[in-house]
Amino acid sequence: MAEDIFITEETIEGDGNGDGPLADATVAVKDNISTEGVRTTCGSRMLEDYVPPYDATVVSRLKDAGATIVGKANMDEFGMGSTNETSYFGSVDNPAAPGHVPGGSSGGSAAAVAAGEADVALGSDTGGSIRCPAAFCGVVGIKPTYGLVSRYGLVAYGNSLEQIGPFGETVEDAAALLDVIAGPDDRDATTREAPLEDGESYADAATGDVDGLQIGVPTELLEGADEGVVETFWDAIADLEAQGAEYHEVSLPSVEHAVEAYYVIAMSEASSNLARFDGVRYGHSADTEGNWNETFAQTRKEGFGDEVKRRILLGTYALSAGYHDKYYKKAQDARAWVKQDFDEALSEADVLASPTMPVPPFELGESLEDPLQMYLADANTVPVNLADLPAISVPAGETDGLPVGLQLVGPAFGERRLVRAASALD
Amino acid sequence: MSDDAVSPEEVRHVAELARVDLDDDEVDQFTRQFADILEYFETLDEVPEVDRDADLTNVMRPDEERDSLDREAALENASETEDGRFKGPNVS
Repeated sequence: MAEDIFITEETIEGDGNGDGPLADATVAVKDNISTEGVRTTCGSRMLEDYVPPYDATVVSRLKDAGATIVGKANMDEFGMGSTNETSYFGSVDNPAAPGHVPGGSSGGSAAAVAAGEADVALGSDTGGSIRCPAAFCGVVGIKPTYGLVSRYGLVAYGNSLEQIGPFGETVEDAAALLDVIAGPDDRDATTREAPLEDGESYADAATGDVDGLQIGVPTELLEGADEGVVETFWDAIADLEAQGAEYHEVSLPSVEHAVEAYYVIAMSEASSNLARFDGVRYGHSADTEGNWNETFAQTRKEGFGDEVKRRILLGTYALSAGYHDKYYKKAQDARAWVKQDFDEALSEADVLASPTMPVPPFELGESLEDPLQMYLADANTVPVNLADLPAISVPAGETDGLPVGLQLVGPAFGERRLVRAASALD
Repeated sequence: MSDDAVSPEEVRHVAELARVDLDDDEVDQFTRQFADILEYFETLDEVPEVDRDADLTNVMRPDEERDSLDREAALENASETEDGRFKGPNVS
């Protein structure tokens, strides 16, 4: 199903005279990142024919770096899913584990790199949408610190949680793409200057030097994980130990509530963000007679798939009168608690390590019926978004022939440390 | 199932607020699934009150005119336009 990796296969040539840092590179771009003149669907019928009149900041930066964009990658609808199966444009097979899902929501981006359809790729990560598919497809994915990469031109799902980030076959490849897209943008007021010294880059941190590295292993993130995944994880930790790193166990009691806090916040933000799709200015428009409320409701019935409707409705519920304090306010308390826990754990460790996903890739079609079970599979990735921290997923090995990813979490703007540590496993 | 599990009427009400028309079988399906999901969300009750001392500063820019999309580009994805404006459905 290589043909389903891309929703739109179209070549966008980079600028310049061939001396940009990505002049020889082909890049797949997730289809929720705006490309001027090339349709950007978000994996949804709602935007099947939407052609952005402008480029996202990260796309302008790719073009300036001389990169060749080879297509718009498949994804779960509006980024809502962990399997790529909620896409209106069909599911994607996992090139590293045929018959299994590539993970999501940036499934097409990870699959493009794993299948050699692109050298590197851009995805977005609201609750694990870069790290999950990186782990499932056996490639490297980086979720940057909130504010390192501009979100201008990224179709919003959960603004307070999401970041655009890179995929690569190696840690160095992913880091080199991060070098191109990172940095402040006056069109995204949440962006910050990264604290890099003169002449430093993310890619040149890929030295594999982990001598003396202190790794904290949060015990809560191993509980309930698949046995083969846990075994592969400890093998990777042993590998890092053999190279001079040390590990100790740490406790993050707050992460027991991270999944519910994440989903309440993400769904609440989604219900607000996706209110813009009414068929008037862009997107699908129902052919119907009726007043504006009836017309909007029909447009949204036709344009959105089940998972998107589910999240819009649950978000609307969580924000509605009488429930706001019970769900949304409590979720914000949990978010602050998770941040405190990570700060504390990272005061005594350089990085925190866990399996990226507690399970190996699902079989295609296995898990669409039970949304709650799908949400619970995000247990190890969502805490990082709640804490605004950077994380990387790097291949750790296989269990029964299926890829397993190792997640490393670092302090805010500690991407160089993550690149250095993860490159020891390349 | 908790006492305040959602009813089909509540699902319909929320769908109306969110302007999403639902078929009857979707209402049934969502009512069942929301009961499970909301019951899980209830564990947030165990979260202690946390001092949220976010260290944030407002980011401002000078209030000056700057370029934006021209009208033609802004209208090119609209299903219906009239006299250089978006045209929406009747209000009532």
